[in-house]
Amino acid sequence: MMELDVRTDERGIGVVVPRGRLNMVSARSLRDALDTLVNDGTHRIVVDLAETTFMDSSGLGALIAGLKTARQAGGDLRIARPTPAVTTVFELTNLDKVLRPRESAEAAFDD
Amino acid sequence: MSRRGPVARTPQQAARRLALIRVVVVLTAVLGVNYVAWRWLFSVHWGAWWIAVPLVIAETYSLIDSLLFGLTMWRLKDRGAAPPPPPDVTVDVFITSYNEPVDLVMRTARAAKAIRYPHETWVLDDGNREEMRLACEAEGIGWITRSSAWADRPRHAKAGNLNNALLATEGEFLLILDADQVPLPEILDHTLGYFTDEQMALVQTPQWFVNVPESDPLGSQAPLFYGPIQQGKDGWNAAFFCGSNAVIRREALMQLGVSGYVGEVEVGVHRALRTGRRIVTAARRSLDRDPSPYGNAEQVGRALDMILYDIGRARRELARGVALFDVTYRFQRRLGAIRRELVAADLHALRSDLAVVAELEGLAADPDERLATVDEAVLEQLAQREWSPLGAVETVQALVDAVDVDRAAEAQPIMPLATISVTEDMATCMRLHSLGWRSAFHDEVLAHGLAPEDVQTMITQRLRWAQGTVQVMFRENPLRQKRLSVPQRLMYFATMWSYLSGFAAVVYIAAPVVYLLFGVLPVQAISTDFFIRLVPFLIVNQLLFWVVADGRPTWRGQQYSLALFPVWIKSFTSAFGNVFLGRTLDFAVTPKVRREDDGRRPWHLVKPQLVAMALLAGAAVIGLVRLLVFDQGSRLGVYLNLFWVAFDLVIFSVVVSAVRYRGFQPADEPPQPPPPGHLEPEPAARRSLPLPAVRRPVPTHRGERR
Repeated sequence: MMELDVRTDERGIGVVVPRGRLNMVSARSLRDALDTLVNDGTHRIVVDLAETTFMDSSGLGALIAGLKTARQAGGDLRIARPTPAVTTVFELTNLDKVLRPRESAEAAFDD
Repeated sequence: MSRRGPVARTPQQAARRLALIRVVVVLTAVLGVNYVAWRWLFSVHWGAWWIAVPLVIAETYSLIDSLLFGLTMWRLKDRGAAPPPPPDVTVDVFITSYNEPVDLVMRTARAAKAIRYPHETWVLDDGNREEMRLACEAEGIGWITRSSAWADRPRHAKAGNLNNALLATEGEFLLILDADQVPLPEILDHTLGYFTDEQMALVQTPQWFVNVPESDPLGSQAPLFYGPIQQGKDGWNAAFFCGSNAVIRREALMQLGVSGYVGEVEVGVHRALRTGRRIVTAARRSLDRDPSPYGNAEQVGRALDMILYDIGRARRELARGVALFDVTYRFQRRLGAIRRELVAADLHALRSDLAVVAELEGLAADPDERLATVDEAVLEQLAQREWSPLGAVETVQALVDAVDVDRAAEAQPIMPLATISVTEDMATCMRLHSLGWRSAFHDEVLAHGLAPEDVQTMITQRLRWAQGTVQVMFRENPLRQKRLSVPQRLMYFATMWSYLSGFAAVVYIAAPVVYLLFGVLPVQAISTDFFIRLVPFLIVNQLLFWVVADGRPTWRGQQYSLALFPVWIKSFTSAFGNVFLGRTLDFAVTPKVRREDDGRRPWHLVKPQLVAMALLAGAAVIGLVRLLVFDQGSRLGVYLNLFWVAFDLVIFSVVVSAVRYRGFQPADEPPQPPPPGHLEPEPAARRSLPLPAVRRPVPTHRGERR
């Protein structure tokens, strides 16, 4: 199962860390967490994938839904540190061509 | 009315059957090519080219159709009994409903709940009806309606309904049922086993209708399609998804949704930037010509130049492979900043353009279209319009917004089921195959459905299916799908090709009429050569049908594939207008309940066919008189054409019985209301239910083949 850490750092950037398997069962809790963050006024969000051991297309769907919500609020959603297993899923759907992973959660909004 | 489960054949029997089919396929191909080549090279009567050339083209069309059919049958895959299901997968059963009577939906829902394999049952109520919700709650059945995100956004009909439900559930597999498709308890036990193959995305089972008499006057059953044709496509890993009675792997659909999203965003952003540049360039030029309306034309001009620069930079970055979301994020922020400056500079010119910008947002919400697939023609119109500088900037921003990552115009960014067509199934399946997924056809009736019972509903339904198929052909031509194998492309193409038969039918009607009335022969001579080439081809062609059908009735299908020629023609013209000219499909809305029978028969629905029959019959009489009284025309020519006329008339006679058909009358039982809680569809009971129509089974291949 998946655990979800959500915090907001000192710059007001939301950091979400899914630990474990991000699949069709757990995707919804990620989606809800991202929605809540944006609704509560955090419009810039980093999803740190370093501890996500597995992701399926439903997980990708949750990320894209979060991206949409964040952008509509004038912010953005970025991802950081995907594991090789997760990178493969990105490549299968060409999502890697449009969503660039950042080296760290801290530096995700530096550019 | 009975229909079998998988036909029990030993491997030897199956191998012998396939060998026989292949022999006949080769014979048909050789004799067909021999005949048509001879027609083109030696026997076209060029002097009467206006009928001779259409005829030889129609014959070539039919030959290609026959070759594609042969290719389909070449690897007929008889999967036999289903493999055992895996023990512990999670399944959601979706019953899609729009406005069908609650009783009818609940009958299906109860049967779905009674499916043996553990699962959850959901009614996808697109009508958002309180009574539907209460009925579901009373029986412990899930009820899903559109989320608030869909308000004021394109709904995409059944595809949208399913896409909405996909995000509200989490089973690994989905069984999709139309509201009137009552499942048997073993439907999951007999289909899930195929998914032990990790690449298997979809298992389709037949659609079969209980309210159809043996004679099947409306051609509702498709025994050849839900049998040998699907099995043949299966052999090439191209078994089709037909909208209902299918089990799908969620991961495959979601992957399709994500990759489709990426593709559409890429296309959409490129187009938006290209159009945006033209709009801003035009606004810049008009400012140069006449700076007088603006107090500070210099500042406005500088802002436009900056935007042009940013558009250029965004395009260059995309071309260099910079991640698209980064490019659009930066671009949108820059645009926002410039826009804020402009608002101050250009306030008085703003108002006139705001209305048009609002319209633009409406454009992105056209229920038929996504902006990414909006025709170039629409973007062209935008680019042609005269914009004030601020109007131009607003337009660019609205354009990019509409297609940008957030997909502001769509209820949800991920749309796993394809929305490019009025029928979602074929396009979805083709994309699944493009991604490398597999599909299977399991030839066992595992759900009992209801077919239309009057000719008008039937014609509307066939038109819709045909339009959907043709739309897909125009929008995503299977022949150009690089990630499909060549046989897969041909399997999809074959179905689309078969809908061209409407045009061939017109020629096949015209040729004998022209000969009998005017004595104009489209072939050079009705010679021995002609007969020894044509007749064997016709015979093996029918033999192929007979061998393939293996006792299944095919005659109705053969009749309807010609007799509905006006429907097929209309499907092409309307889909062409829709895809290339941006017109609406203007399909008639199918009545939601069975129409009242006022005693009059709707002959007007088949007027073209009746005219054709009158022409053929009239021509036959005149041809005979010309021959017998005035000794004009050759005896052989007239008799051959009379035979041809007779054949056409027998084919078209099906529309007469269709119009005269007054709905299903079960032989023995008087109509009575359904006993409460009764699961099995019962012909007698069904008479009292109004029949749903539009949103019911959307089998991808419609008519049966000739």
